[in-house]
Amino acid sequence: MADDRKKLSMTLGESLRQQGVSRRGFLKYCAATASMMALPPTMVPAIAQALEKARRPSVIWLSFQECTGCTESLTRSHSPSVENLIFDHISLDYHHTLQVASGDAAEAAREAAMHENEGKYIVVVDGSIPLANPGYSAIAGISNLQMLEETVAGAAAVVAVGSCAAFGGLPHANPNPTGAVSVGEIIKDKPVVNVSGCPPIPTVITGVLAHFLTFGSLPELDDLGRPMVFFGQSIHDRCYRRPFYDKGLFAETFDDEGARKGWCLFRLGCKGPMTYNACATAKWNQGTSWPVESGHGCLGCSEPDFWDAGGFYNALSIPDSDLTRKTGYVVGAGVALGAAAGALNRSTRAKAAAQHETVTIDDLDKKS
Amino acid sequence: MQRIQDIAIKVETPEGTQTSHGNALPIMHEIHHALQRFSAEGEQSCIDLRSLPFGPGDEEELLRLLGRGEINMTMDALGESTIWETAFSGVWVVDHRNAEGERVALQIEIGSVPQIVFSQQEDIVDAIDRLEEQLGLASP
Repeated sequence: MADDRKKLSMTLGESLRQQGVSRRGFLKYCAATASMMALPPTMVPAIAQALEKARRPSVIWLSFQECTGCTESLTRSHSPSVENLIFDHISLDYHHTLQVASGDAAEAAREAAMHENEGKYIVVVDGSIPLANPGYSAIAGISNLQMLEETVAGAAAVVAVGSCAAFGGLPHANPNPTGAVSVGEIIKDKPVVNVSGCPPIPTVITGVLAHFLTFGSLPELDDLGRPMVFFGQSIHDRCYRRPFYDKGLFAETFDDEGARKGWCLFRLGCKGPMTYNACATAKWNQGTSWPVESGHGCLGCSEPDFWDAGGFYNALSIPDSDLTRKTGYVVGAGVALGAAAGALNRSTRAKAAAQHETVTIDDLDKKS
Repeated sequence: MQRIQDIAIKVETPEGTQTSHGNALPIMHEIHHALQRFSAEGEQSCIDLRSLPFGPGDEEELLRLLGRGEINMTMDALGESTIWETAFSGVWVVDHRNAEGERVALQIEIGSVPQIVFSQQEDIVDAIDRLEEQLGLASP
């Protein structure tokens, strides 16, 4: 315990030196951190200077109506030693799935972390919060709403990890039986960062925590509260298959010539044009691939209400009959069309949500 | 636990299909401009390849186009890093791996020597202390 306190009071630079890490090692760590935070390599000296003096922040992780996929994503992330290093340098004081303590001892750990780090700790939340009846989800007899409000009261900031915490996610899907809401719908007096995705990209989760550790502040956010560095551009605009879209070359089924040649998956329901996330650059599974690279369109999992946005395999953006004519204009004007597709998509999605469209096995057969 | 790169999956590329997606050439142009700036003004630069939306084969194509030059280095700090000068003098590849051998950063650095290769002042001060201790010169 005394060792833990000492470690907590040490700066990151002191802690690394104590572990025998050389300055070169530290600079390498900073280069990896810059890459993880999607910052340019020219920022490495500034990151080194800031990290040298950074102190381990206390992190309390709350899990509400969720599937633990977000924690799975984080713990199976592809660069464990960097992530482990990060976790060596934050103090993860409460996490249902990862902590050893249980019952009263677990709740005591949460209360102690809140008390000892008043005004300075970070609350990470995965899962949505049921408002219809507190009994739908409770921990140690405490409702999710009460635990969230109580824990966030003394926090510096809140990170809503995953589409459930950020936007309500699957529990919020029509007809939303539990009255699920996002963290941002409850917490109005603290900064809330939404790291959406189902699950979110692990390096994006750690990137946001690393940003706070490095600079003591939160990254710039978009209009949905997501960090711009990761969610600033659409999947479509960063997609390596984009040149095929611009040329009007589309896969029509999952096993035709276009699919084999890696053409654009837009007509197979890819939601890339309306989805903002870092999959095209950060990738998944040790940087091996990402959904579009493996031949499947983007599901749009980092966008609000993606469960209710109609069939995953329906090209919602532009009616099929119009596609050939519209792609004629696409060459050289891809970005404009992407934006138009996004606008069209919003109205189609709203319609789909209202009608609660479902996909049957027959629909899938028709497509393939 | 088995790592994903150990799983024996070999992607076969049918004859005539694309093996890269044309993203290597624009980066080669960026490197060309950066090298010109370094030569004329001494401005060093660095490109983080992990921030680029490469398709399958693009990274391999870029590294093939850059080739290998006269110098290869390895650095053992928080895992092994491999650093080599490409066939184009002043253009270096810095490949940082963690202790598990997984890549944590891949950079193209333009300059005389990558910055991380230089001995660092903090390590030099530490080295003096250790030397003095070894030679019995350290003050009690």
